[in-house]
Amino acid sequence: MNAERHVLDLLLADARQSTADIARQTDLTEAEVEATIDDLEAAGVVHGYQAVVDWANAEEERVEAHVELNVELDRETKYEDIAGRIANYSEVETLRLVSGDYDFAAVVVGTSMRDVSAFVADQIAPIPEVTQTVTHFVMDTYKRRGVDFADHDDDERLSVSP
Amino acid sequence: MKVADRVERTPPSGIRKFFELAEEADDVISLGVGEPDFSAPWAARAAAIDALERGQTSYTANRGRADLRAGISEHVAQYDLDYDPETEILVTAGASEAVDLSMRALVDPGDTVAVPQPSYISYAPTATFTGAEVLPVPTRAEEGFKLTDRALREAGAGDADALIYCYPNNPTGAVMDGEALRPVAAFARAHDLTVFADEIYAALTYGSDHDSIATLPGMRERTVVVGGFSKAFAMTGLRLGYALAPPEAVEAMNRVHQYTMLSAPTTAQFAGLEAIRSCGDAVDEMHEAYDRRRRYVLSRFREMGLDCFEAEGAFYVFPECPGDDEQFAENLLSEEGVAVVPGSVFGEGGEGHLRVSYATGMDELREATARIERFLD
Repeated sequence: MNAERHVLDLLLADARQSTADIARQTDLTEAEVEATIDDLEAAGVVHGYQAVVDWANAEEERVEAHVELNVELDRETKYEDIAGRIANYSEVETLRLVSGDYDFAAVVVGTSMRDVSAFVADQIAPIPEVTQTVTHFVMDTYKRRGVDFADHDDDERLSVSP
Repeated sequence: MKVADRVERTPPSGIRKFFELAEEADDVISLGVGEPDFSAPWAARAAAIDALERGQTSYTANRGRADLRAGISEHVAQYDLDYDPETEILVTAGASEAVDLSMRALVDPGDTVAVPQPSYISYAPTATFTGAEVLPVPTRAEEGFKLTDRALREAGAGDADALIYCYPNNPTGAVMDGEALRPVAAFARAHDLTVFADEIYAALTYGSDHDSIATLPGMRERTVVVGGFSKAFAMTGLRLGYALAPPEAVEAMNRVHQYTMLSAPTTAQFAGLEAIRSCGDAVDEMHEAYDRRRRYVLSRFREMGLDCFEAEGAFYVFPECPGDDEQFAENLLSEEGVAVVPGSVFGEGGEGHLRVSYATGMDELREATARIERFLD
């Protein structure tokens, strides 16, 4: 595993850890860790650092929906063009082109079901190339980005053992 | 009721005292745990559940399920070990049973068993329970706690009948590569020692591949290799291990096993087979995590000025501590709430050291090492 991969793995595990701690876990110096992170960011490998939030435990109403989008292309319009227009909305948290029965898979967030529905109906559906939308509201989240929300981290091991 | 003399003569483990102290204290971060903090890979657990759901709750063959023995045979080939699943592999209830069986089947009362120290705490008592005499063979920090032919000679192990060791080592984290093993093998051949090679931590070797003494010339016929699923696959509680040995030794061990254990836990055998078949990636991930923590802990101890040799195996480091190790560990626990195991409980050569396990999450390691640093100041 090369240095970039080591650093990337450690950032994926915990992006809040210090460069000093990353250096301690690898054969790199702090300066090398910082340079590696700079390289990863400059190359567009790392686009940002975020928390993994279980909104069910936050004192805030938040509704999330997976929206399937079918689009129709013409000579002048490519997938990227349509994607660019949709991704510009702050309500769109994730947007991907996928294989299968529909073209784009979006994750849309809002403060209520009405809010999300209105956004899809008023902003997404009217885009000329969009031929169909199917909205799936998220009922519950069990695992996200590799983090199991049911995991309580109880250590049942004997505190000292041979 | 009268307790048998050989049990009466065997003191309880020094670890017990620290377990009790740690259990009584509040807000303890334990670096004293001798087992993985991971759970067994899900595929292995699912195989155990599936076996239970199918009602597979009966005994297996004494030697273990044939498919598991075949799987173990393929699994250990990565260490250049070649054992016939029919006649040379015995599946046991944890590696501990394999250690016990090898002593009971291959050591006579009055024989002498050489035990390099510091060492896993069970070898000497297991030898005592078979009626054998224990010969401690000290290893040294300045030699990276490796066993040498000189140490064997100086301890008088030439007159011993058997040698039992564990590399990668608990408690020191030391490893022995082929080059280091060669003189030990030559000594064993020259003095006709039976070797019990506890290789339970074989998968947890960092920076180099694990070497087994049984692959060296003239060693296969005198060696019992002990392995298991507990450490590599994080399956301690399922109790599944194995012994690899020449047919006559497996036959003898199986004779004791069939009268005393009958067969290793059936549910665990299904989990073990699945672990071998499909959990290689999970093992690699755990290995990677341990290796990072190992580097982290070694770096932190160096920053604190604690002398610590570069442990390259298992999930332990063995730093030197100022003053008496038992007192240091007791004070560290009472003042800072960090549990470690004093090196002296692992025998001669362990005094003045601490066994620090990094089978604990990074957050705990960060906090625990910060507390140790504060304690040292």
